Amino acid sequence: MADATTVSAPPQSQRRRSKGLSERRLAFLMVSPSMVLIALVAAYPIGYGIWLSLHEYSVRVAGLSRWAGLRNYSTALGDSEWWAAFAHTMIFAAASVSLELVIGLGMALCMHAAFRGQGLLRTTVLVPWAVLTVVTAVMWRTMFQSPLGFVNTLLGTDTVWLGDEPYALIVIILADVWKTAPFMALLILAGLQVIPSEIYEAAKVDGATAWQRFTKITLPLLTPAILVALIFRTLDALRVFDLPFVLTNGKNGTSTLSTIAQETFATNRIYGLGSAMAVLTFIIVMIVSFIYIRTVGGNIRGLAEE
Amino acid sequence: MGATTAEAPAAPARPKRKRGGDAGAPKTPWWMWIAVVAIVVFCLFPFYWMVSISLKTGADLTNGSAYPPNPTLANYESIFRNGDFTRALLNSAVVSIVTTVLALTVGSFCAYALARLRFRGKFPILALVLSITTFPAIAIAAPLFRLWSDIGIYNTWIGLIIPNLTFALPLAIYILVSFFKEIPKDLEEAALVDGATYFQAFRKVVVPLAAPGLATAGILTFIGVWNEFLFAITLTSSSSARTVPAAIAFFTGSTQFEQPLGTISAASVVISIPLILLVLFFQKRIVAGLTAGAVKG
Repeated sequence: MADATTVSAPPQSQRRRSKGLSERRLAFLMVSPSMVLIALVAAYPIGYGIWLSLHEYSVRVAGLSRWAGLRNYSTALGDSEWWAAFAHTMIFAAASVSLELVIGLGMALCMHAAFRGQGLLRTTVLVPWAVLTVVTAVMWRTMFQSPLGFVNTLLGTDTVWLGDEPYALIVIILADVWKTAPFMALLILAGLQVIPSEIYEAAKVDGATAWQRFTKITLPLLTPAILVALIFRTLDALRVFDLPFVLTNGKNGTSTLSTIAQETFATNRIYGLGSAMAVLTFIIVMIVSFIYIRTVGGNIRGLAEE
Repeated sequence: MGATTAEAPAAPARPKRKRGGDAGAPKTPWWMWIAVVAIVVFCLFPFYWMVSISLKTGADLTNGSAYPPNPTLANYESIFRNGDFTRALLNSAVVSIVTTVLALTVGSFCAYALARLRFRGKFPILALVLSITTFPAIAIAAPLFRLWSDIGIYNTWIGLIIPNLTFALPLAIYILVSFFKEIPKDLEEAALVDGATYFQAFRKVVVPLAAPGLATAGILTFIGVWNEFLFAITLTSSSSARTVPAAIAFFTGSTQFEQPLGTISAASVVISIPLILLVLFFQKRIVAGLTAGAVKG
């Protein structure tokens, strides 16, 4: 949008013969609808959310509010339940992302190796990705239901998986790993496919073992792809909402940054505090996102340039 | 991933089987088959389990057996007689289709300018677009929950389309930019030399060539909106606007002790199958799009 001013300048030599609109003017016309829309549907709600978070709202009189400064933020940051949600979110993010990386890497290596039936395998791994998150939650709920879900039958146990403190979060992590490890595998596979096979052949000629080829060639060359996949998945994990909401409604040690904020403003109707919690989530995600943009900055620059 | 993401769409179709390569032995080792079977079971078993639940009724539902002893389609009949579910299908279809069409239409212009035209400010715009795709939806849902009630679009289609657009538009732009960049520039330049305007070059040359990219961006956007859950439960209050994911969650939540497991599973299978078919049918494109934008559906 900063280009608004530059476009009105007379088109200099940019204008080639009679090309209708000048290049910059056309660019401005093509970009501005998206920018206006983004301002309306993203920037405005975020700004309004920050405004809400700085106010307190009357419980009795609808619409009555008063300035609260940063009080909602200090309430949220002094609330042990918010910190519990913060901890669950961090545990969820760390556990699910690292499991997904290990399983995804294994799957990618398997899919990359040449053998018959490979196409079928690549099709199969897309199934979990195609299943809706809510349906994933329903699926894992039925498998872990007690007393007679499939898991208890298989293990011969009687555990109330979704009702007990460490187990409920573990089930949520497993459900996420099931849904997302294949996605991770596809990202890593794309990274594997651009490694030229000549490098492997040269290493073989030089007598490198399969393990050496993996640790000395594959892993280093995959690092950029893995890094992006990791940061990307972390961002996604930090905003997790669907799985804990459907599996346990955020109870039994599964509250997350998003579920506690949603419960506060939508269920309990404490708008100021709920908005402050939402803004805090936003800030946390944006910090990680900033690192992400820095990491893939070269990629964006590549898209921005010729 | 720098070069990887930028180049991925260039070669969505994998080059023919490499000779040599990592595991170039002509015979597949036995442990590889075990790994393959493990992956297939890992990916498909939970879905199979849900299908099996959806074919059970009564006491069979909780017998824990991995197959339905008395398979029946009763659950499927019951969900299609359930007005809330069929209404949710309609709501989901309208919200997803309208959002996708809007995002593609507006986004394709923006993406073309970013991919092809020379102007300042491209990097900040792309960085902005990419950072919005990582926004936590909760930061939008909280203010809209109040705002929508104030302006009277709470619990409506439009009230769901707008926030879905927040994520769909940047997603579409980001995927389309990388696809537009793949189109050889010569064709456009030839058109320009022949006297076409920039806009004609866009409409007559680029758009037809970008059709596969548009299809990919469309499918990924559609899946993203179809999957959306937080707005769907926060910004609706009845089945008149509730989409399928929200409807399924509400089936689940109401009665803790006597969950209609069979019908929930049947509903889940019904909405999963079209999506799975879509994904399998457009497999190559989706993978190209996913790796181009490193986008989570």
